[in-house]
Amino acid sequence: MLENSGSLTRLRNAGINRGGRWLIRGVDMDVERGQIVTLIGPNGSGKSTTAKMALGLVAPDEGNVNLRDRLCVGYVPQKVSVDWTLPLTVSRFMALTGRIPRRQIDEALAVTGVSHLRNAEVRTLSGGEFQRAMLARAIARKPDLLVLDEPVQGVDFNGEILIYELIKSIRDDLRCGVLLISHDLHVVMAATDQVVCLNGHVCCSGPPVDVASSDAYRELFGTRATPTLAVYEHTHDHAHLPDGRVRHADGTITDHCHPDDSHHHAPEISEKTGAADVG
Amino acid sequence: MLDDFFVRALVAGVGVALVASPLGCFIVWRRLAYFGDTLSHAALFGVALALLLESNITITVFGVSVFIAVALMFLQKRATLSADSLLGLLAHSALALGLVALAFMTWVRVDLMGFLFGDVLSASVNDITVIYVGGAFVISVMVFIWRPLFAATVNRELAEAEGVNPDRDDVVFMLLMAGVIAMAMKIVGVLLITALLIIPAAAARRFATGPEQMAVLAALIGSASVFAGLFGSLEWDTPSGPSIVVAALLFFIISISPLAALVTRNRPGPIVDGG
Ligand SMILES: Nc1ncnc2c1ncn2[C@@H]1O[C@H](COP(=O)(O)OP(=O)(O)O)[C@@H](O)[C@H]1O
Ligand SMILES: [Mg+2]
Ligand SMILES: [Zn+2]
Ligand SMILES: [Zn+2]
Repeated sequence: MLENSGSLTRLRNAGINRGGRWLIRGVDMDVERGQIVTLIGPNGSGKSTTAKMALGLVAPDEGNVNLRDRLCVGYVPQKVSVDWTLPLTVSRFMALTGRIPRRQIDEALAVTGVSHLRNAEVRTLSGGEFQRAMLARAIARKPDLLVLDEPVQGVDFNGEILIYELIKSIRDDLRCGVLLISHDLHVVMAATDQVVCLNGHVCCSGPPVDVASSDAYRELFGTRATPTLAVYEHTHDHAHLPDGRVRHADGTITDHCHPDDSHHHAPEISEKTGAADVG
Repeated sequence: MLDDFFVRALVAGVGVALVASPLGCFIVWRRLAYFGDTLSHAALFGVALALLLESNITITVFGVSVFIAVALMFLQKRATLSADSLLGLLAHSALALGLVALAFMTWVRVDLMGFLFGDVLSASVNDITVIYVGGAFVISVMVFIWRPLFAATVNRELAEAEGVNPDRDDVVFMLLMAGVIAMAMKIVGVLLITALLIIPAAAARRFATGPEQMAVLAALIGSASVFAGLFGSLEWDTPSGPSIVVAALLFFIISISPLAALVTRNRPGPIVDGG
């Protein structure tokens, strides 16, 4: 079934509970071949946890996760710190989890712009350089599924545009599925097929809005960035209050917001929300 | 001419050094020094058990080490005490338990110093065979799990996501460590095994640019320590096991001295072409 559907990884009502607290709950998500799914949400909203669940690194405490067998995965975790005791150059790092033909390594280092750092020790790299090296490592594997947890952290704006263009071209070349985590709540990669907005649960999801035609956005992003970036417009039927409680469309306030409380079945009110509502 | 016993000591010592170094690298990288200490100190308990059951010492020590390693992995998964304190506590309790158990066995005469500090000068052809056959096996398995084990050392989740099975490799590594401890105990003694595992690896760190290089360098430094230690002990009539460790320590001190900085500075570094 899974083979036919094309889903590389599929989450159904999936949730993780630690110490009696739901870190994330009720996630429905599919990453299909050739598709880019972007997870957004404030800090601590469960994006990384959801990605780990999608990768089979943590088993869901409720719901289920289907990760296709024998997938070649390329993973860029949010945080990798290389201890000083570890002698590790960029080129050895490239072959961390498997041998890779030299030509593939060269190509990956070239497209991420870190060829000149091939012999550098990983722990001497700057944040942005290391981020590119990690991306290079993941794509050199020619993965079926690429999972990138905040791949543009520490990268400047131009670098960010370049990396997004690179991710799109890799998706086009390899026809791989991409699960991308972004810290930005409103601006996502234009090539994104589906945005999933998290805050302990799925707040809203949908495709981003095409902005290439809008003069206002072109002014905001600059002409170069416009085809690469897109805006995501949230549609929430509830708001997360600063104290962690949730106000629903019908005005009631609950401690949590879970699929099993009745509020979510209330008729949806579409509203364009600002950052305050999401956070 | 060198005496036969001295040649046997050199051959046995170098064998242990060669097997110990790749494992020692992982002990350094994964900060498992206390873990190694606990396992090797528990080996003394294995000796007591072997004497009690009149069984083969090497095999019994291996069995006890495996048991302790499994128990530790289990405890670490669920204990509330920090891994560090837990191991610190167990490492020395295991040693004390072994000493007490041996003291109870008044009917056997035990060369306690030999077990604590090693007696490489009494290495027999049989010991050498055990070290080289067992060592060849340990090295083969290490080669097999090297890449995934290293990947999981750099980042466990990354490795696991990309198809590595870190739990399986951890268990294999523990078994190898228990094996090396059983083999090395006779040579350097339970108190000094961790030193022979760690010090050559630590000395190699400064000169290595990759994990494989570091393991090879550690093996060379370990072997050189055995040579230097044994010739030193012959010259100055010092105990052999501690002499080997002192020699390794000297190599470590050289590696962190300004002298070594000269060597590492001349090594080709990153080429910055301003791309
Ligand atoms: N193993 C864990 N045990 C308990 N809490 C955890 C664990 N891992 C993450 N958390 C908590 O889960 C929440 C979500 O974390 P995370 O998925 O990293 O968020 P994000 O990536 O969106 O910033 C955070 O509050 C974090 O502290
Ligand atoms: Mg995160
Ligand atoms: Zn919400
Ligand atoms: Zn939203």
